[in-house]
Formats: sequence, C-alpha cells, structure tokens
Amino acid sequence: GINAEYGTHPPATSMSDSKLVAPPPEHCVGPNSETAGQASGCAGCPNQKICASGEAKAPDPDIAAIVERMSTVKHKILVLSGKGGVGKSTFSANLARALAARKVSADETANTNDSTVDKDDADAAAAADDDDDDELCQVGLLDVDICGPSAPTILGLEGQQVHFSNLGWEPVYAADNLAVMSVGFMLDGADSAVIWRGPKKNGLIKQFLRDVNWGTLDYLVVDTPPGTSDEHLSVVQYLKGAVDGAVIVTTPQEVALQDVRKEINFCRKVGVPVLGVVENMAGFVCPHCTHAQQIFVPSTGACCTVVRRYGCFSSW
Amino acid sequence: SALSNVDNVVLVMSGKGGVGKSTVAVHLANALVAKGFKVGLLDVDLTGPSVPRLVGLTEHSVHKSADGGWIPVYADNTQRLAVMSIAFLLRSASDPVIWRGPKKNAVIRQFLNDVMWGDIDYLVVDTPPGTSDEHISTCEYLLEQSRKPVSLLVTTPQAIALSDVRKEAAFCRKLDLPIVGIVENMSGYVCEKCAECTNIFSSDGGRLLAEELGVPFAGRVPIDPRVSACEDAGRDFFATHPDATSLQCIVDVAQQLADSAKKDQQQ
Repeated sequence: GINAEYGTHPPATSMSDSKLVAPPPEHCVGPNSETAGQASGCAGCPNQKICASGEAKAPDPDIAAIVERMSTVKHKILVLSGKGGVGKSTFSANLARALAARKVSADETANTNDSTVDKDDADAAAAADDDDDDELCQVGLLDVDICGPSAPTILGLEGQQVHFSNLGWEPVYAADNLAVMSVGFMLDGADSAVIWRGPKKNGLIKQFLRDVNWGTLDYLVVDTPPGTSDEHLSVVQYLKGAVDGAVIVTTPQEVALQDVRKEINFCRKVGVPVLGVVENMAGFVCPHCTHAQQIFVPSTGACCTVVRRYGCFSSW
Repeated sequence: SALSNVDNVVLVMSGKGGVGKSTVAVHLANALVAKGFKVGLLDVDLTGPSVPRLVGLTEHSVHKSADGGWIPVYADNTQRLAVMSIAFLLRSASDPVIWRGPKKNAVIRQFLNDVMWGDIDYLVVDTPPGTSDEHISTCEYLLEQSRKPVSLLVTTPQAIALSDVRKEAAFCRKLDLPIVGIVENMSGYVCEKCAECTNIFSSDGGRLLAEELGVPFAGRVPIDPRVSACEDAGRDFFATHPDATSLQCIVDVAQQLADSAKKDQQQ
C-alpha cells in the first residue's frame, strides 16, 4: 500500500474535516452525497447525525486553498479517454515534455490572437526567441490514475519519492522545468496495489491539487484513468471547472470511438471544452519491409467522423 | 439467491486498461459455449461497457420479469449465452455514465442479485481496469452469495502493463482469489506483406510475470487485425475464421476450466 512515511500526511477523504467528529468508515458515501447519513454504510458511524442533518455539506474550505494553489498555474489541460490503453499516459508525458521544450516568449507570441500585430513587434518576438536567456515554459504533470499510475515509469522516475517541505508536497522533477506528481511516488513498492474506493481516491486527488507545491507553472497537464467517474468528476469539481480544456485520446476502432463519444458528452455536461481528439496507434509501418497497414481497423471512419459529428475543434 | 444455480465464476481482470480484458472475456465465454456449457457474461465496466458491441447486441435493451428480476439478453436463439451490461440500460450508446463509486456499487449489486441468470455453468465477468469500487464490490457481493470467483489476468508484454497487473495480482492475493492464469495479449504482430514478426509492445513479459507470481502462464495471443474487425462488427471470431489459431490459448483456458470443474465435481 501507501508508504508508511506518508502516515503523517494520511490521504484525506473528501470530507470537510471541520464538521466531522470521526474518520469516515470504509464505505462512506461522503457528507456531500445525497444519501449522506442515510446510506447503509452510515449505520453506526459517529458522523451519521451530522451528515444526515446536512451540516457537513458546508462550502468546502479546501476549494479556496486549491484556488489559491492553482492561481499560479496559467493553463490546465486534462488528457482524457473513455477507453483504457489508448495512450493517455504516453500522450500526457510527451505533451508535458513538448511544452517544457518551448520558450515562454514563443508561447506568448503564439497566444496572441490580435491579427494586427505590428511587424516590428513580431520581429522583436522572433529575435527574443533566439535569445538564449529566454525562459523555458514551466510545466507540471499530474497523474490522477490512482490505481494504475504510469507517469513515473514513462518518465524514467521509478523509485523516486515525494518529499515534504513547509511549502507542501514537493513534486518529483523530470527536468528543471518539468514537475511530476503521482501516487506512484508514494507506494511501498512499485507493485503495491492501491485498493481504494472512490471517496478515498477523491481525497488524494484533492491533496494533489491543494498540497503539492507546484509553484508557478505555465502548463499543468493532468493524466487521468479511463472512464467518467470519481477521478474525472473530482478533478473538474476541485478545480471549479477552471480547466482550459481536455484533449481526448483514442485508437481508430469503433470499440474505442464509442467511448470517445461518451467522453465528449461528459466534457459537455461538466463544462470542459474539448480542445481536440488524438488518434493514436493509427497504422503500422513494418520496420522490415516498410509496408504500411492497419492493425486497429477504423471500421466506422476513425476519429475524423466523430470530430465532424461533434464539432470538435481539432483532430490530430 | 440469484446466483445459487451459477456453478463457477471467472473474473477477467487486468489492472491495465486496453490490454484485451473484454476480448478475452467474450471469447472465453464463446469457447465455453462451444464446449457445450451454459454461460453468463456480465460486464461490470459501467463507464466503458464494451461487451454488447463485441457480441453484436448493441441494439438490445433489458427487460424486467413479472417479479421484478432482470432478464439478461441472450446472444442467440439457443439461449446458451446470457449477457448483462449497463449498455443495455442506456438510452444511447453515446450517453456517458458519470457516476461515483457508491452508485456504481449499487448497480453492480443489482447485476449480481437481480439478474435471472438461471441455471448456468459459468459466469464470466468482464471488469474495468484498476483495483477500485467495481472490483471490491463485485468480489464482496459474490462472497455474500457464497460464490468464490477465480481470476484470469490479462496483460500485454511491456513493463508498463506488467506493473499494473502485479497490482491486480496483489488484489487477488489480498482477497484470496485463485489466479487460474495470465494471458499475454498483443504478443507480436506479423506483417501482412513480409510475414516478419514485430514485437510492437515488447515481448515475453506475460510469461515472466507468471513465473514471478507462481501462477500458470495461459499463453500468447498475437495481434490479429481480424479480431478487432470482428469485434467492431459484433461477429463471432471463431465462427467467422474457423481456421484461425490466434485465440487458441483462450480455447485452452476454457478447456482447463472445464477439466478442473470436472475434477472438483468428482472429488
């Protein structure tokens, strides 16, 4: 399970700690649930009356702390899919690396939508781009796949551990300007299973957003597990929806695309803009004879048809 | 109880997403039916249910019987393969199921308590990746009905998958679930032109993991584009490509399960 060292900072549940008088039980639905205090798991819990009365449904003070922490993070991008194993973590890690290789001034110029940018300004920006003193983008990669964290392995950070400072939990750095946080850095051993129900997972995600000392970031990329459940809802809710958008990753076959449609509808429902859809594993070129072929046949037209149907901005 | 006439329960699990759990579950169910058994196929992946598409039942929905139980969807007229999935309860296949754990647990409880599986030899359960609500609850509710499941693990060969599968194995150990084998899926791809094999997702990881964990290695399933094509169309791969050997190890697992169930009965 989770490294004993982190016992002093036990993963909180999704509770608003101030109102409850005891740690929540194993099957806690959470005090903000509609069945708070009334669910079967509530019987015998010292908090039962408090939850049933609605007292514990007060505004969550942790949200304010998260807003504060995230105030120095310029852009937050979720990487989603409905389907597992399509390459979310691969894409997230490589997106983070690509962003970390960009210079801040290049990004500021690229983000200018003003079509009347003066030629002199553009030249100055281009010249600044060549300046070696120009800062690289500060990037964070947050891995909220609690049961199957992949970020540490993909970035070559296996065996690294999270440390604590007076500023909070210190992320592990894959490069000077690329900070990473994952439950993978908190396990007793790489193979330790995290066998947690939703409320406990939500608590850790909240801590990742509230307690990690990300510092000033230009981009925070959030790698998620497949689906549309606790992790996804919690990230969107804890960030108060202040997410720039989501990139959805898929593979070409219909079995994956049917989950992409669900994921797009999830984003619409929770108010997260879909920045685009990435089609991974799109074809194979044989390293021996260079013949190009389809392994995951796009039987229903691949992600272009989904993108056209749903009016998503881009497909890559 | 609802499961009192269900003889054996097999959980198809991984830890890792996209390694082929649903593929293995569906083809294991089909292989058992081909051997003459009556099989139930339960899909507890509530946010990404794949089973109905894979068995060609996307246009079906579930009906309730007179006494309130749910009638599963049968894959064909012989009624030897009964299927249940959240997909049968959705208005549209594009509707997301945006549920937290407690609601998912409640539906899984209904799937196990209220579905009229009838008299079946095997209940094959397709699970989502991870070690969370769905897995904990499925095992809990099965044990409540005195049904002790066995686990069949699916992996792809590369390290990043093995890491998650080890976690799933730890879950199985913690709950005292016997692991009947590890299937290594997407194990090499043979070029359609030059017939050279490329280990796109590395090689041999499944076998080595089985050795490490001391569990049987069930065999390798190579990447065969015909499997994905059949699945998208909801066609039975065994019936469509009777001479194909790609899924042979799944057929072998079905035989092993049958043999060991027979042995248990004799004892």
